[in-house]
Amino acid sequence: MFGTVPQPRRTPPKSKYTADRLIPGSFEGETVTRRRLMSLAVHGGGGIAVAAFTLPALGFAVGSAVFERPPAAWRPVGPPSDFPNDTYVPKVITDVPGIGEVGKTTVYIRAYNPDIDGEKDPSIPGGGDFVALSTRCMHLGCPVRFVEASERFICPCHGGVYDFTGKVDGGPPVRPLDRFYTRVENGQVEVGPRYSVNSEFERFPSYRDPGQDLDGVGQYLYPGRFSTPKLD
Amino acid sequence: MPRLKLPLPPLPPAFQPRPKRPGQGQKVKPLDQVKEAGIHAADWVDERTSLSGALRWVMFRKVPKGTNWFYTLGSATMFAFLSQAVTGVFLAMYYTPSVTEAYESTRRITNEVFLGEFVRGMHKWGSTVMVILIFLHMGRVFFFGAYKYPREINWIIGFVLLVLTFVMSLTGYLLPFDQRSYWATIVAANITASGPIVGPYLGDFLRGGAEFGATTLARFYSIHMLLVPGLIAALIGAHIYLVTRLGTTAPPWMKTDVDERLREDEV
Repeated sequence: MFGTVPQPRRTPPKSKYTADRLIPGSFEGETVTRRRLMSLAVHGGGGIAVAAFTLPALGFAVGSAVFERPPAAWRPVGPPSDFPNDTYVPKVITDVPGIGEVGKTTVYIRAYNPDIDGEKDPSIPGGGDFVALSTRCMHLGCPVRFVEASERFICPCHGGVYDFTGKVDGGPPVRPLDRFYTRVENGQVEVGPRYSVNSEFERFPSYRDPGQDLDGVGQYLYPGRFSTPKLD
Repeated sequence: MPRLKLPLPPLPPAFQPRPKRPGQGQKVKPLDQVKEAGIHAADWVDERTSLSGALRWVMFRKVPKGTNWFYTLGSATMFAFLSQAVTGVFLAMYYTPSVTEAYESTRRITNEVFLGEFVRGMHKWGSTVMVILIFLHMGRVFFFGAYKYPREINWIIGFVLLVLTFVMSLTGYLLPFDQRSYWATIVAANITASGPIVGPYLGDFLRGGAEFGATTLARFYSIHMLLVPGLIAALIGAHIYLVTRLGTTAPPWMKTDVDERLREDEV
C-alpha cells in the first residue's frame, strides 16, 4: 500500500458524454445513461416509499408527546377561610385526569402572607392570594411532605429539605418547590396550572421537570416546553 | 444417492460401523431404511437451500488453543435473552397494559394463573441475570483484549446491545405498575429530562407528555415488547455473524506458536 508510485493511466479517461462513448441511442449533450437514470429512479423511489411510512410513524410517536399543549385546568379545593396564612393545608387534586389514583397529587396551600413572602407580584395570573406548593421534589420528583414541627418540607428519597416558602434548605434539590397558580372563583379557592420558580422566585410559566436548575445558565440549558398548559 | 456427508463423532473401535461381509450387503434392514429416509429429507432441503454449508461454517469453526469456560458467557447472555423473550411473550397473554388494569393483571398472573408466579419470576430474575451476564461477557472481552483489531465493530455492537438491555430493564420495570415501578419511572424520566437543551423534550417523549399519564405505560409497553426486542435480536444476529466470520481470540496468556523454521535465530 505504501511506497507504490501512482502509475499513469494507460487508457484515457472516458468522456462524460454518452455520445462520445458510442452508447447506442445517445443524443447530443446527454451525460446520464439510461441505466444510471433508471437505477437512481428506483433507489429514489424506494427511499421515498420508506420515508412515506417512517416519517409519519415517527411524527405519530413524537408529535403529540412533545408538541401537544393540554388545556389549563382550575380545580376547586375549598373556601378561602379553610386556608390560614401561617401553615399549610394539604389538598389532593387530580393533576392528570382519566388515569385514576396515579393522576392525583397533593398540594400544600396557605393564604399569601406579606410578612413571609414579601411584596406580592401584581402580574401573577389569578391574583395570587393563595400560595400553593407542589409536593414534587426538585431533585428527582419524589413526593415531599410538610413537617409541622420544623416548618420544613422533607423529601424521603435523598434527603432534600425546603424551608417554609419552598426554598431549598439542604440536600440535592436544584431549585425551590414548584407552585400552582391560584384564584378565587364562586367562593372557592381554585388551583390552576403548575409553574416553576428559581431561587429568586422568578416565575417560569412553562414548568420544568425536577433536576433542572433555573439559576444563571440553567434557564437557557433547560428551555420551556410545548407540552405544558398555558394561561392566557 | 445422498450427497450430504455428516461428520462422524470419534467413536471407539467397537462401535464403528464395520464393512459388510461379502454376500450380506444386499439385505436392507429397517433401521437402514429409516436412516436413509432421514438423510434423504435433509438432502432434499439442502439441495434447495444450501443450508449445510452455512451450518458447517457456523458450527465447525476453528477455535484457538486455550479456549475455556469464559468463552461461554456470550452464549449464556444470548440464552438469558431467549428465556426473557419466551417468558415475556407468554406473560403478554395475561397482562393488560392499561393504567387501571396493569397492577390487577400482574397480581392475577402472580397469584391465580397456573405457573404464573414461576414464569413471572423467571422473567423478573432473568432480567437481572441477563444484565449480570452481559457485564461478565463484556469484562471477558475487555480483559482478554478481544475488542482489538479486527473486532472493533463487534465491541460497538455489543455496547449498543448493553444499552438496549438497560432500556429493556427500565421499560420493563414500570409494567407491574406498583408504587415502586411508578416512582422509579418518575425518577428515570426526570433524570432523562435533566440533560441540557434536548433533555426536556426527551423527557416529554419518554412520558408521552409533560406529565406521567396513560400514554406513558402504553409507550413503555410498546418499547419493551416490540421495539427493543426486535433491535436486540437483529443486533445479536450481526454480533454472532461477526464472531463467526472473525473467529475468537486466544486468551492473552497463550503464547503464539511460531513455526521453528520461521524463527529468526534459526533462520
